[in-house]
Amino acid sequence: MSDAVMDSHDHDHHHGPAHKGFKRWLFTTNHKDIGTMYLIFALVMLFVGGAFALVIRAELFMPGLQIVSPDYFNQMTTMHGLVMVFMVIMPAMTGLANWQIPLMIGAPDMALPRLNNWSFWILPIALALIGSTLFIDGPGPNFGWTFYAPLSTTYGPPSTDYMIFAIHLLGLSSIMGSINIIVTIFNLRAPGMTLMKMPIFVWTWLITAFLIIAVMPVLAGAVTMMLMDRHFGTAFFEAGGGGDPVMFQHIFWFFGHPEVYILILPAFGVISEVIPTFSSKKIFGYRFMVYATASIAILSFVVWAHHMFTTGIPLAAELFFMYTTMLIAVPTGIKVFNWVGTMWRGALRFEPPMLFAVAFVILFTIGGFSGLMLSIVPADYQYQDTYFVVAHFHYVLVPGALFGIMTAVYYWLPKWSGKMYSHKLANWHFWLTVISLNLTFFPMHFLGLAGMPRRIPDYALQFTNFNAVATVGAFMFGLSQLVFVWLIISTVRSGKPTTPEVWESSHGLEWTLPSPPPYHTFETPPHVE
Amino acid sequence: MTEVSQEKTSMTRKWMVRLSIFAVAMFGFGYALVPIYDLMCKELGINGKTGGPVLAAKSTQVDKSRTITVQFLTTQNAKLGKHWEFYPKITSIEVHPGENKQVNFIAKNDTNAKMTVQAIPSVTPSLAAKYLKKTECFCFEQQTLTAHEKADMPLVFHVDRDIPKEYHTITLSYTLFNANKFAKDKKS
Repeated sequence: MSDAVMDSHDHDHHHGPAHKGFKRWLFTTNHKDIGTMYLIFALVMLFVGGAFALVIRAELFMPGLQIVSPDYFNQMTTMHGLVMVFMVIMPAMTGLANWQIPLMIGAPDMALPRLNNWSFWILPIALALIGSTLFIDGPGPNFGWTFYAPLSTTYGPPSTDYMIFAIHLLGLSSIMGSINIIVTIFNLRAPGMTLMKMPIFVWTWLITAFLIIAVMPVLAGAVTMMLMDRHFGTAFFEAGGGGDPVMFQHIFWFFGHPEVYILILPAFGVISEVIPTFSSKKIFGYRFMVYATASIAILSFVVWAHHMFTTGIPLAAELFFMYTTMLIAVPTGIKVFNWVGTMWRGALRFEPPMLFAVAFVILFTIGGFSGLMLSIVPADYQYQDTYFVVAHFHYVLVPGALFGIMTAVYYWLPKWSGKMYSHKLANWHFWLTVISLNLTFFPMHFLGLAGMPRRIPDYALQFTNFNAVATVGAFMFGLSQLVFVWLIISTVRSGKPTTPEVWESSHGLEWTLPSPPPYHTFETPPHVE
Repeated sequence: MTEVSQEKTSMTRKWMVRLSIFAVAMFGFGYALVPIYDLMCKELGINGKTGGPVLAAKSTQVDKSRTITVQFLTTQNAKLGKHWEFYPKITSIEVHPGENKQVNFIAKNDTNAKMTVQAIPSVTPSLAAKYLKKTECFCFEQQTLTAHEKADMPLVFHVDRDIPKEYHTITLSYTLFNANKFAKDKKS
């Protein structure tokens, strides 16, 4: 049992997928297949959500209304946010978890393979529901991804109901995925793999999964209340019937703030795997990394009202939420410190995953700093609902969460496919992406500080130059991602075969397997010293 | 099946059940936030809302040394439609803490149908809300007005004598909502 004999091919069952063609993907319970589907789904949706963003940026290229109507503009901001959060970042992270967690803890598969299949296949159904609102009569959801009541209740278009059920399905999918991840981590670790020996990526996902199970049901509750207000005569959010629209914001952000850590924590995990490999060192301060992640997760439940400083909450509450928000900078700072500490005096190799990881550390920290500025109550009165907020959260989500995913793809794609990509192409993708994203989002800081409001399709003349720059940057960013797609396709088709270790000084169970790993791995658990 | 894998299967089931219960409980918690929110707003007086009927202040306990200005504002919710009028007879009044006052608000239903409305109060500064005590208010219940009916709606209130020194002006604002779909009297 304890002998790690990987190539014991003396079983008589077959080793490939049970079905061929489309049925293979529809009925698969294999964690690698499901991981691949999640990642491809997220990649496709990145372009869909990106197209929505480009409609927004095209309209904002010049002042005045040129391309779309204000109502359509509102639909674009709503759909862009919903797609990017629920159908790009979250599925991509779940895809990484599916591929990597069993390989990293020495498990033969996820603990609940059939649940895993269903978790994925709910996603296209949710997409069909919400995507169809753009093609049917009447406007789609047009109140922003935060769907505040009463915009989404009293004033919401009929298509809001499609969005409500799509959110239910997306919540169900991510909750089932998270249950699966937690059960896998708790029960299927290889002998000797104690919790404190787990790779940081597995730790961050374990904590993220608990966050998802804790807050996605609250969001499901919020949209159910919306549905009841809209159709069943209740008045949760309707003042005229004794409810309170501000309460919607409290419930939404009780979900919403942990949600932003759901989006970023797995990316922290990826970076914590990549930096040690390319610094030829072990991670600096492993225990601190684990505790910091847990602290961020716990603190995320007591900061929600910093999204609501201007709603008229009492001064004492403003101060409380300001201080708790600033407190989150401490564990986050520990993480950044430890990444830099890992690189300190390491033998650094700037291969593509490391380039993305280093850019992550620098650019995510910029987003963190603007977050600290926003957490200051008196300053927030000035910044709220301006482009400064847009700049802030795009700096934590694009070079943060999205770069985390890209880092992971550059790091593990050779393992998954057994083939190495062209470093030249990867470097092109990296530099184009980094330059264009800064071109897109950095001017938004200035626009916000100068007072340009967000969510408005038109603006005053003095904002023209920076908006034009941001639009050019956005189109560059969008086109640069085609390089990424081409890189993935060309690697899978005709990359150079690679070794099991792939990277110099890579460490962890996944690198003991051949590249690509066989369809079934670790059927006999390896033994971890 | 070996012993080990049986043990794993039962552990898997156990954790799946626990986590599912946790998820369902959190769905319930989302709903529990509603009464928690209402209770906290009421107990801490942080929502700018005034409380329900209290006894009139005793006339012997008026604090003549201080005067507070109470201003009255009205807003009509967009869903009420254009054919309503709603305004206070006087827009502001000077009161001593502990002194009972009555003011009247006028509402007129200029539509051709019977309608039920509900007025929702809000006080600025919001922390002063708990010192504004109402003995009688049209906002305590829904008001039903027949077509083209005009109603004189009374508000009897006093400002509590415990009101901190820093409050000189209190603004009491009412928003009138269309409450047809919440009407207690189903015939309306």
